[in-house]
Amino acid sequence: MSRKAMTGNGAIALALKQVDPDVMSAYPITPQTEIAQNYAQFVADGAVKTEYIAVESEHSAMSAAIGSCAAGARTITATSSQGFALMWEMLFIAASLRLPITMPVITRALSGPINIHCDHSDSMGGRDCGWIQLYGEDAQEGYDNAIQAFRIAEHADVRLPVMTMIDGFIISGAIGPLEVLQDAQVKQFVGEFEPLHPLLDVANPVTVGAFDSLGGWYFEHKVTQNQAMARAMQVIEDVGREYGELTGRPYSHFKTHMIEDAEIVLVAIGSAAGNVKTMVDKLRAQGKKVGLLKVRTFRPFPTEQIRAALSGARVIGVMDRSDSFGAQGGPLFTEIRSAMFEAEPRPQIFNFIYGLGGRDLFPDDIEGAVALLEKAAAGEEVAQTRHYLNVREG
Amino acid sequence: MQQVTEIRWHARGGQGAVTAAKMTAEVALSQDKYFQAFPEYGPERSGAPIVAFTRISDEPIQIYSAIEHPGYVLVLDPTLLDAVDVTAGTGNGAVVIINSEEDAGALAARAGMEGKQVYTVPATRIALETIGRAIPNTPLIGALAKVSGIFPLEGVLDEVKTSLGKKFSDEVVGANLDAVRRGYEEVAGS
Repeated sequence: MSRKAMTGNGAIALALKQVDPDVMSAYPITPQTEIAQNYAQFVADGAVKTEYIAVESEHSAMSAAIGSCAAGARTITATSSQGFALMWEMLFIAASLRLPITMPVITRALSGPINIHCDHSDSMGGRDCGWIQLYGEDAQEGYDNAIQAFRIAEHADVRLPVMTMIDGFIISGAIGPLEVLQDAQVKQFVGEFEPLHPLLDVANPVTVGAFDSLGGWYFEHKVTQNQAMARAMQVIEDVGREYGELTGRPYSHFKTHMIEDAEIVLVAIGSAAGNVKTMVDKLRAQGKKVGLLKVRTFRPFPTEQIRAALSGARVIGVMDRSDSFGAQGGPLFTEIRSAMFEAEPRPQIFNFIYGLGGRDLFPDDIEGAVALLEKAAAGEEVAQTRHYLNVREG
Repeated sequence: MQQVTEIRWHARGGQGAVTAAKMTAEVALSQDKYFQAFPEYGPERSGAPIVAFTRISDEPIQIYSAIEHPGYVLVLDPTLLDAVDVTAGTGNGAVVIINSEEDAGALAARAGMEGKQVYTVPATRIALETIGRAIPNTPLIGALAKVSGIFPLEGVLDEVKTSLGKKFSDEVVGANLDAVRRGYEEVAGS
């Protein structure tokens, strides 16, 4: 293992290079990220054997990835923001065809108004398209998740596409330390790709993407997709443990910090988890019983494990970097509150929406959120469930 | 509590502030420290004021928001002093290192930087006389090493040798080493 200074984009591009998949299809201009740019450079330099398909839109990028993966090739793409939105239609098809495509997503805001900065509206909007979703805090987790994604997606019990997220600019554009595996270690970890019923196996012809109507099996097909998601829970844990044996960095569905005796727990996802952890350490030094739960696996959602982990908390604050218009709260909030419905005693749960369109999340903002949760813990009435951090009035 | 050195770089687009923030991170890496370097993300136009940030610590850094209260401010272009409040958010005792030919005390008085530790270094002249191009970032990193002591001069020189040595001739590498060394030697406080 060696240590390098790299951006989040560079780290993920490097992970993909070390895997050296058969095909990458990508839309080469904005809103694409440097991942596709760096990877195109690796291809041009002959550093990888990957066939690079430069397509004319993100819709085409996912379409080409579907065709390529169905043909029997280990296939990747990468996207962000509007590109993710344009892929929307095809994301469902990749998942329902059970194609183990992997895709790093640099999470960024959706228009409008036009904004290119960090936000989870893109990937959170795609939470029900049938892809496994893993969120990373920093470049290291982005790198690690991008590698593990292949093993999870291609596992015989799963066979679902996997998207791995890091925060746009905050992580994707920032330079930080990265522990890098050797190419051979990565190749050995991911192993050879074994396609299932590939189209190019002409001796055993199959139809992919056929019409499946009222008299057919569409409904059953959807049920099996959900069963695969349920099986993915164990596979994600197993792969995360094995990756930990290789690297010393084990992964599970979430990570906790100081929650054993915590009365107040903040739940966060992405880079904000680091900001919260830093504040938890500061507040702990003041004797406050505060903790953090950082979510990694959002789909499938680890309901039981999270409920067990949060069972001691009296008040929970859930941090969402995307809002859900007209809903009870942001996507992470609704999952957490639903998971805690069966907890006994049931904690009070509040939602903090922050960081939309790249708005910064400062230590003071987190301290303010904790102050509000402390009020609730002290029995004071807190009128609203949903609060906005670092938002301007009026 | 974790001790983090927080640095804010002020420059104009094209003057190499992001490269300086990155080089500083690379030096920190070579010193087995933890680090973070990132620009203020926004539309970048050549010549327009820009900001970049570096954090350095002996422990992992897990805060990702912009630096609000930097302990060190580095100004690559003295004309920015009339355009940008470079000391915004800094506390008493904050260190300000400015690329300028002016005496640090005179400049501090003129710019109203009471309570700050102000240093100047003629980084553009040093860069012209050594590298032959007006890129003040290299001598400023030398000046930062001297004033802050966060890493030794030798550490910076080794890093410049390693990173530039891969791409450039011995002559270019030597010129950059001279630029760092002179930045280190010629920085002067008020």
